[in-house]
Amino acid sequence: MTATENPTNYKWIGTRPIRHDGFDKVVGKARFAADLNLPGQLHGSIVRSPHAHAKVVSIDTSAAEAMPGVKAVVTGDDFPALDPTHPNFDTAVNCMARGEVFYNGHAIAAVTATTREEAKAAAAAIEVEYELLPAILSIADSMAEGAPLANSNNYTRFVPPGDPSNLATVTNLDRGDVDQAMADADVVVEMGFDCAHVHQGYIEPHACVVDSGDGKANVWCSSQGHFRVRSMTADVLGVENSKVKVTPAEIGGGFGGKTTIYLEPIAAKLSEKSGRPVKLVMSREEVLRASGPAPSAELRIKVGATNDGELTAIDGWMAYGVGAFGDMAGLIGAMSVASYKFPNLRMETYTALTNTPKSAAYRAPSAPHAAWAIESVVDEIASELGMDPIDLRLKNAAVEGDLTAMGMPHPKVGLVECLEAMKASGHYQSEPVEGASRGMAVGFWFNIGEESSATVNLNEDGTANVITGSPDIGGSRASMALMAAETLGIDVYSITPIVADTESVGFTDVTEGSRATFATGKAVVEACEDLIGQLKARAATIMGVEVDEVAWVDGAAVSPGHGGGESGEPLTLAQITAQAKRTGGPLTATASLNAAGAGPSFAVHCADLKVDEETGETEIVRYTAVQDAGTAIHPSYVEGQMQGGSVQGIGWALNEEYIYDANGAMENASFLDYRIPVASDLPLIETIIVEVPNPAHPYGVRGVGETGIVPPMATIGNAIKAATGVRMTSLPMSPPKVLKKLNER
Amino acid sequence: MSADSTSLLDALRDELGLIGTKEGCGTGDCGSCSVLFDGKLNCSCLILAPEAEGREIVTVEGIADGDQLHPLQQTFLEGAALQCGVCTPGFLVAAKALLDENPDPTETEIRYGLAGNLCRCTGYDKIVRAVQEAAVQLKTTSEQGA
Amino acid sequence: MQYAAPTTVDEACSLLADNPGSRVFAGATDLVPQMRSGRSEPSAMVDLKRIDRLTSVSHADGQWTVGAATPASDLTHNAEFVGMYPGISEGAGLIGSDQIQNRSSLGGNLCNGSPAADSVPAMIASGARAVIAGAGGQRTVSVADVVTGPGRTSLADGEFIVEFEIDDAPISTGDAYLRMTPRTEMDIAVVGAAVRLTMDGDTVSSASVVLGAVAPTAVRVPDAEAALVGSRLDDETLAAVAAAASAACNPIDDKRGTVEYRTQVAGVLAKRAVVIAAERAQKEPDLHVTNTHQLHRQRRADRLLVGRLHVAARCVAR
Repeated sequence: MTATENPTNYKWIGTRPIRHDGFDKVVGKARFAADLNLPGQLHGSIVRSPHAHAKVVSIDTSAAEAMPGVKAVVTGDDFPALDPTHPNFDTAVNCMARGEVFYNGHAIAAVTATTREEAKAAAAAIEVEYELLPAILSIADSMAEGAPLANSNNYTRFVPPGDPSNLATVTNLDRGDVDQAMADADVVVEMGFDCAHVHQGYIEPHACVVDSGDGKANVWCSSQGHFRVRSMTADVLGVENSKVKVTPAEIGGGFGGKTTIYLEPIAAKLSEKSGRPVKLVMSREEVLRASGPAPSAELRIKVGATNDGELTAIDGWMAYGVGAFGDMAGLIGAMSVASYKFPNLRMETYTALTNTPKSAAYRAPSAPHAAWAIESVVDEIASELGMDPIDLRLKNAAVEGDLTAMGMPHPKVGLVECLEAMKASGHYQSEPVEGASRGMAVGFWFNIGEESSATVNLNEDGTANVITGSPDIGGSRASMALMAAETLGIDVYSITPIVADTESVGFTDVTEGSRATFATGKAVVEACEDLIGQLKARAATIMGVEVDEVAWVDGAAVSPGHGGGESGEPLTLAQITAQAKRTGGPLTATASLNAAGAGPSFAVHCADLKVDEETGETEIVRYTAVQDAGTAIHPSYVEGQMQGGSVQGIGWALNEEYIYDANGAMENASFLDYRIPVASDLPLIETIIVEVPNPAHPYGVRGVGETGIVPPMATIGNAIKAATGVRMTSLPMSPPKVLKKLNER
Repeated sequence: MSADSTSLLDALRDELGLIGTKEGCGTGDCGSCSVLFDGKLNCSCLILAPEAEGREIVTVEGIADGDQLHPLQQTFLEGAALQCGVCTPGFLVAAKALLDENPDPTETEIRYGLAGNLCRCTGYDKIVRAVQEAAVQLKTTSEQGA
Repeated sequence: MQYAAPTTVDEACSLLADNPGSRVFAGATDLVPQMRSGRSEPSAMVDLKRIDRLTSVSHADGQWTVGAATPASDLTHNAEFVGMYPGISEGAGLIGSDQIQNRSSLGGNLCNGSPAADSVPAMIASGARAVIAGAGGQRTVSVADVVTGPGRTSLADGEFIVEFEIDDAPISTGDAYLRMTPRTEMDIAVVGAAVRLTMDGDTVSSASVVLGAVAPTAVRVPDAEAALVGSRLDDETLAAVAAAASAACNPIDDKRGTVEYRTQVAGVLAKRAVVIAAERAQKEPDLHVTNTHQLHRQRRADRLLVGRLHVAARCVAR
């Protein structure tokens, strides 16, 4: 079922209008974070730790302060000390170290000066004396008995208070009788896997401009959620939310990595001390060394099956390495295990600290690691049983009511539909490209709802402004406009979608969890429905009928019993807004909600690839992604999310990795050596959009941003296995690793 | 000798206010700062500002003909070849350089020709297709013109 | 930092002599990143691109003269040069992206001193010479003698390369350069292998094999050359070339590759480059190839194929 064959009868939804913000972006007018300059603006530069873990003995800023152009210097001492139990304690310490640095790249001081060069020179003149502490650089070291602490402020969450620990979460899930099921299974496959840290790799480095004055910080920055930037910045500065205003710039890619802050409180403090606006822009090297990569992972997965292909049990152990501050990566990893029925399940997960950069969300966070391991093992089961890998998965695919690993029943989901669509696809139905071999895998992401607000203002000429607080990271303004157009029944181009600042729209959570089109879209639809009620009331006044005699049809009020408006015709929205002044004033509506019922999205990917068995190189020659979008509001941007996620996953699968030296310094902190895929590495990414509408959204939206990154690693690993007979168990599957495995064959 | 370590990129952005040219890496590895320098595709972050004396520089701001978008700009919009849009100016300049030199490129030639430009959102698929479509349109236009 | 753009070699020499700590540059594609990261802090930048001699390419009297600051793309778009030296062109056409190749030069690629420089192995394989200018006048040395170690050259302070001289290839000669990188483009060689062969019928009459990225500098592989000369490129010879190439490696483990990987793949690429060079030696130069993208794209496709085919048979079949 592709979008164009969507059986529903929408006028706007499912069409592909040019995005409203597109023109500015193709002529170079769009303003991203680094594009704003304020009069009198200074430039900042940050001093970063060259050590993975050290006590800060002293910081001498006197030489820097005396340098030409320097207007202010800040260190951790300039910020309030938050209580370690404060939810943003870690964020505060990550923004600016206080007394101890936890990774190579950790900010320790900052300076602002008239020019970038002066700021950079002054930063280099700040002298920091360190006393080295033991650095934890791997998950194994972190979890070893008696290991030194990576961060003595970390305690294991969700357990009774104890001593500081290298573990941030420990989760044990258990259902059925796994040991018995494994003993009874006809086939059991168990394998271990590992994944290196990888970066989101957004092309726009973190940047902000902050103008502080009169106790208030005015922040311009790009982020996935400016309300979170506001609350985090306010907490780090020790002020109320009302003392921080955040205006969102266009965001040059985020993928989860811009759901937190790094620079804003520093720029705010530098601005406060200097009395001038301050701009901070990370270099690419800083982005890689100091902003969140995705966690590393060590995993062991065991699956049991019967001879006829029923997957009877899974026994998993998954540890995620999240850098120097705790989060819930391990728990979220467990939540991502949801594709198959598995009557018996045991899943032990850990979140382990290491002295590496604090990890941040990256597109379906924690799911790609787990799916890579599980989908590889399931592929081995299919080969051992001689079953088609799609048939095996179809036999075990989770449907509505089946339990995820967390024990939550699935709502209506489309895994079976996705598997069937892949099975029927031109790709799967044809032989692999000559010389190539094929692999496929499944991915799942649960998606989230959370809080959103939308205000819709109708203009006097019948056009509309749709105002939300969800930064547009991949075309969501177009989606908001489409849903508003569909609901109101007006032309999509008569709608102006706007992402407003923190003082101009109601609170809205971060654009994450594939939630913007789902939750904020729902708020937009609710506001539009509220407006339709108002429009009908105004029409009733104009027509001189009771409001319940008026219906809203195709962008106009009709009152069948009374033959419509004054001339006997339907009253269009523009005709009603033109008379707003005399019927009660401006027409405006706001909706705010905490959206329940986020629809999980499944994806199925298939790759044909060739392996050069003498060099270990792989070449992907054909790739198809199938995904359940619920409803594709703007199919081009749904496809774009699927393609972008696929290619990020391909990069993760083949070449991307953080390479640290023995002291925890990142050796490949550049786009030359941190190898994200280039155009010539790839084939076209064929897409098939499946639409199993989400009953919890007025138009059936599930959210499509994240699932696409989940299947590629196993898809490629399974294809390499088919091509060479070797099973890759370490990410990335780079040529040296593939060749080593081939040599061992 | 003149004293200047400013890059052409910084000069364009800070001194001329031409913010369409973006910095993604500052080391010539991402192509976001692509400009045509005397007609040739270059990373403006690697050029020293004083080198530009007497040279012709085309940035993304100079691709359209007044209000008339270049076919590449139009096909990028119609084909959803941009998501976040931060790499888009560099891609447009690089794609223009590619089509100026090779009006009828194969998909492979487009992919190699744009390999100096990183995009993290699209997976390149829609960019490649938009360049293919623009090539067709440009060809049609030039045939009609001839 | 000072910037200067002399228009003659002499002017450049004087500027360098008068300004200790200054650096010459052409594309600055390596130098600018080094400056940004603080690894290089020149007091002055001397731009060589306004000196005509440094940016011109000429072919006369049996010799190519290539200005040291000539952008790589000028060479890879020169059909006559590409036809005669597809291997050198492949090397030049693999430096970074199109953007980089419109800036980067053979002189810079060499003098940056990276053992992984893509244009260097094929230049050495073809016996290219560097004309060096300095306060003391000009001298000419073999390209093989310029780089002495990672980031180090035999050039004295104030010296720079003016141009490269490359003798016309004898008839029935072909060269080829292959490199291994994880990405197809925008990458630094993990291993590079250049081969130049002159054939007498189906017998190799002279051979040159040079590896990049597997030792502190690009290295010749005399044992591979010895195995090739007089051979008919049978399986045994190709195996000997691969073994000799692997044996000549003295690489390091770094972010771009391991010792083990580089050593093994050097043999593979050397063997494959031999096959391609032989094929070219036995054909008339193909002047229709105007762009090395076509060349190395083809090579990449070939590499995947060649891995599975009987290499010698494939060579003979062509």
